[in-house]
Amino acid sequence: MLKALEAGAALLAPEQIQTLRTLTAGLSPVQAAWISGYLAAVAEQGEGTLGQPGVAVPPSSSAALTILYASQTGNTRGLAKALAAKAESEGLRVQLCTMGQYKPKQLKGERQLLLLTSTHGEGDPPDDALAFHKFLFSSRAPRLEGLRYSVLALGDSSYDRFCQTGREFDNRLQELGATRLAERVECDVDFEQAAAGWQSAVLARVEKTPDGVTQGGGQVVPFAASVPSYSRTHPYHATLLVSQKITGRDSTKDVRHVELDLGDSGLRYQPGDALGVWMENDPALVSALLAATGLDGDIAVEGIPLATRLEKEQELTLLHPALVQGWAALAQSEALRQIGADGPTLRDFMRSHQLLDLAEAYPVTLSGPEGARTLLGLLRKLTPRLYSIASSQSEVEQEVHLTVALVHHNGRAEGGERLGTVSGAFARRLGEGAEVRVYVEPNEHFRLPADDQTPIIMIGPGTGIAPFRAFLQERDARGAQGENWLFFGNPHFTDDFLYQSEWQDYVRRGVLTRIDLAFSRDQPEKIYVQDRIRERGAEIFAWLERGAHLYLCGEMRRMARDVEQALHELIVEHGGRSETEADSYLEALREAQRFQKDVY
Amino acid sequence: MNKPSATTPKTQGSVPEPEVNRLPEELKPLVVTGPLADNERLKRESDHLRGTIRADLADPLTGGFGADNFQLIRFHGMYQQDDRDIRAERAEQKLEPLHTVMLRARMPGGVITPAQWLAIDAFARDYTRYGSIRLTTRQTFQFHGVLKRHITLMHRTLHEIGIDSIATAGDVNRNVLCTSNPEQSGLHAEAHRWAQRISEHLLPRTRAYAEIWLDGEKVESTESEQEPILGDSYLPRKFKTTVVVPPHNDVDLHANDMNFVAIAERGTLVGFNLLVGGGLAMTFGDRSTYPRTADNLGFVPLDKVLDVATAVLTTQRDLGNRVNRKNAKTKYTLDRVGTEVFKAEVERRARLTLAPPRPFRLTGRGDQFGWTEGIDGKHNLTLFIENGRLLDAPGNPLKTGVAELARIHRGEFRMTANQNLIIAGVAPEERARIESLARQYGLLGDRASNQRKASMACVSLPTCPLAMAEAERFLPGFVDRLEAVLARHGLEQEAIIFRVTGCPNGCGRAMLAEVGLVGKGPGRYNLYLGGNREGTRIPRAYRDNLDEDAILTELDGLIGRWAGERQEDEGFGDFVVRVGVVAPVRVPKEDFHDQ
Repeated sequence: MLKALEAGAALLAPEQIQTLRTLTAGLSPVQAAWISGYLAAVAEQGEGTLGQPGVAVPPSSSAALTILYASQTGNTRGLAKALAAKAESEGLRVQLCTMGQYKPKQLKGERQLLLLTSTHGEGDPPDDALAFHKFLFSSRAPRLEGLRYSVLALGDSSYDRFCQTGREFDNRLQELGATRLAERVECDVDFEQAAAGWQSAVLARVEKTPDGVTQGGGQVVPFAASVPSYSRTHPYHATLLVSQKITGRDSTKDVRHVELDLGDSGLRYQPGDALGVWMENDPALVSALLAATGLDGDIAVEGIPLATRLEKEQELTLLHPALVQGWAALAQSEALRQIGADGPTLRDFMRSHQLLDLAEAYPVTLSGPEGARTLLGLLRKLTPRLYSIASSQSEVEQEVHLTVALVHHNGRAEGGERLGTVSGAFARRLGEGAEVRVYVEPNEHFRLPADDQTPIIMIGPGTGIAPFRAFLQERDARGAQGENWLFFGNPHFTDDFLYQSEWQDYVRRGVLTRIDLAFSRDQPEKIYVQDRIRERGAEIFAWLERGAHLYLCGEMRRMARDVEQALHELIVEHGGRSETEADSYLEALREAQRFQKDVY
Repeated sequence: MNKPSATTPKTQGSVPEPEVNRLPEELKPLVVTGPLADNERLKRESDHLRGTIRADLADPLTGGFGADNFQLIRFHGMYQQDDRDIRAERAEQKLEPLHTVMLRARMPGGVITPAQWLAIDAFARDYTRYGSIRLTTRQTFQFHGVLKRHITLMHRTLHEIGIDSIATAGDVNRNVLCTSNPEQSGLHAEAHRWAQRISEHLLPRTRAYAEIWLDGEKVESTESEQEPILGDSYLPRKFKTTVVVPPHNDVDLHANDMNFVAIAERGTLVGFNLLVGGGLAMTFGDRSTYPRTADNLGFVPLDKVLDVATAVLTTQRDLGNRVNRKNAKTKYTLDRVGTEVFKAEVERRARLTLAPPRPFRLTGRGDQFGWTEGIDGKHNLTLFIENGRLLDAPGNPLKTGVAELARIHRGEFRMTANQNLIIAGVAPEERARIESLARQYGLLGDRASNQRKASMACVSLPTCPLAMAEAERFLPGFVDRLEAVLARHGLEQEAIIFRVTGCPNGCGRAMLAEVGLVGKGPGRYNLYLGGNREGTRIPRAYRDNLDEDAILTELDGLIGRWAGERQEDEGFGDFVVRVGVVAPVRVPKEDFHDQ
């Protein structure tokens, strides 16, 4: 142990070594293991200094290049860090900062700025970009004639307003007089290639100042040594322990509780993090697709059989607009062309169809290497799926648990069931012991309060319950005294009450202080979590006034907006605020990281 | 809420104080002493059956009731159950058991009007998991599979049509049975009125039922609530009462604590013979438990019926065993204190001397299927309902059929203690229409053999928490095979009183059958032989732990002998006793467990 400390001495100041010695002297093995996990997790966050988790080093405005990013899922952060590291290695003095932590007033002094942003939901900025976005579009935004910049926009083309936030930043900076140093690049869910192209382009064009020496403000390189060994591109092969259906036999939903063994990977995660899961396509789906298109799976494309490419490399279950439109052209189908031409229709269509549905309903005949290339040309790269982690390592140690709803709809043919790639595999295909490729996707925007006394309100209908199972496991293991209040909803009490027996146990043991439930289909009128939130408005407001943190997780399209509306209303009603003041109240909660969302 | 204060002494004491103080000095030594059963604590602390039921109703986290309330809701006519078929599956799904309640209505004598029927038919359709109405051996109907959130609606629905479920379970006097005798309609009507009066007279006085399920408000009263008859700790154990119109013993009087056997002179009811101490429950391997027939204590004139009923019930209340619930029923009290001592105390309390019993004769226990005519000129149609189960199965819409009958019928329905249904009081001109409707819905046909009509099972799996083996679901297929055995021996028209019960607690009344099966474990039964047709003799254990094939092999041999050796019209139960296959049970306390 001591030896190991000496070996690490090069990294640490003598007084730090002394502190560490004092700390470790009286630890039990369990305590030591916990602290090791804690430190690893703090390091993986990649922000701030140890001992001050979540507090950023004040950004320096003297950097030659400032990189700002706003990330909802973590992809953007990964790209920004990689870009910063590359820029520093090329001798640039870099300031890397999240938009949320960046002081907009410094914008005036910037000379070179690179923005990386995702777009959230139906064209909104991610939470972390809200304040910066607001500032930029306000009258307070300065003229930026001296600024050179470029934008990398990430998005998902299956949404209407693809890369909207990136476009807005790009246009606004231009309006303010700034100059593009490279054109904006928009990335779809298979972003790697496009992002790499943008990185090369901007790095080729930034000015390298003669005094470009890395110092103080750089926050990337110091942690290079602790970058986790497993990542999106280098996932860990976890072992499937359990895939247990946790909806009752009369439920219309198939929701799985999945347990994976992280073995001796050393992978660490915190409550609130997500797990990225890579899954190859079902060979049966590949066969069906080949049969439907008439293609021979043995055709080699650049040396690899088509069937293998389809199974291992290509996205086959999620549609995107170009695919639908391209398919319409191939199939010479006017009906499909019209679907592809109308945004809302297309969006609904994509939600309820897969490629195989297209192939069956709008047949095309493809053959030979030409046909194989045509098909591959329409497809996007296979991407991992992200799931909010449903466990805490202080409870489950080297396991990671997920709550996975089976995505499915029926195909045209009898028994032609269309399943999601990952959820279908967990529900139907994989047995105990199967290998699943995973990586941890940290989410620093969804964190328990550092203070265990702080009360928390958790709103998680449907599979949105997942991170709150992790939260309660963590608060329970820590012996946190803060009160915990959970809102959960689903269609039916008898069959859709996810983790019912666990919540009962937490209530019995006093860990879960309150639980409010909304089972929408158990009575003539539909009742949702937002209705329960309205009913409990006065108490929720009282909790917020006491400093409670508020968390919202779940499906965005229908639920999240209604919940936010309900929160807004209760602040007006029970807080005696005006509409505008209620906006500010919520905004202030957000800025103080007291209202955090993990919605999808 | 009158919550018991923290200083209320827990019933750790060895003697139930209020009860013992009501006894004359010479009887006090007969009270069983020792630590009282836990049910005594919960009854006494329940604030007259309120407990914290309302808090449990409002708890959204569970579909069930907490420990004490789980017991207390029985006094309100409900049992908490769950679908045992999927209990393990749900545990894996991290879901609690699928809790529901079963409700047993209070219908003295089993009489229900068509309007009431239509209302319960709709409730069963809309709010029960199984969508069925069950006619039961307690001569009433049950709803099975009602979720907690629908319980209040259920009671209010019943209340609107004049039905309640007060005290149909728990340690109280339960639904009072009455012979469903459609032939002597005048006598039946009188007997039925007595069944109602006895039921009402012995009901709990607490307003808990109305408060919890109907009003929702506790009525503040200046005088403290009292239970003058049942007592504040209620009875030591369940208590069952019948009114019997001989010669029919369709209510199986020997399965009941207190029985009033109607004695008529020239067609007019003059009084009742009082038979006390029947009961069928027992525990395997526990020789202190046994089924027992009732003792005839004597004749009661009409003007003393309620006094005597009160006296029997309160004597059992004060002398019954509150230490050991397995020995708490009236039948054990009689055997412990002696029938004469018990009778004398009843006479003292009722202020009369019981006259010697009047003669009466019982001939059988079955229902008279098909049409019968009453002396009032009205007609009655008795329908055979297998297992008492009214459900719309594919191609067999029995439940809808009864509802359709209820829409046109102007008389009443009578549920029988054999789980069948009588369409009673049909005017001659309505006969044809009623009959054709009953035929149309498969309620009346020639499908059921005599053997099937003589067969009965309790509900058992999947809902009954006590069940050890299948009963209701086992019966139909088993009867198919039993019919084949009878046919092989040329006895197609014969019937053996055959009963299956999923555990030894007695609901299926196997302990008064000629052939009784009592569930021992999954697919395994103990075989009892030697009851008689009239239902006055307890059968004896013949073989233990048999599976279905082994049971049929045993019966095949015995039925073969019966076919060849039987005397004129000799029943199977009498035959096996006469030829010595089993020795008759004479004094159950002493010889029931001999084999």
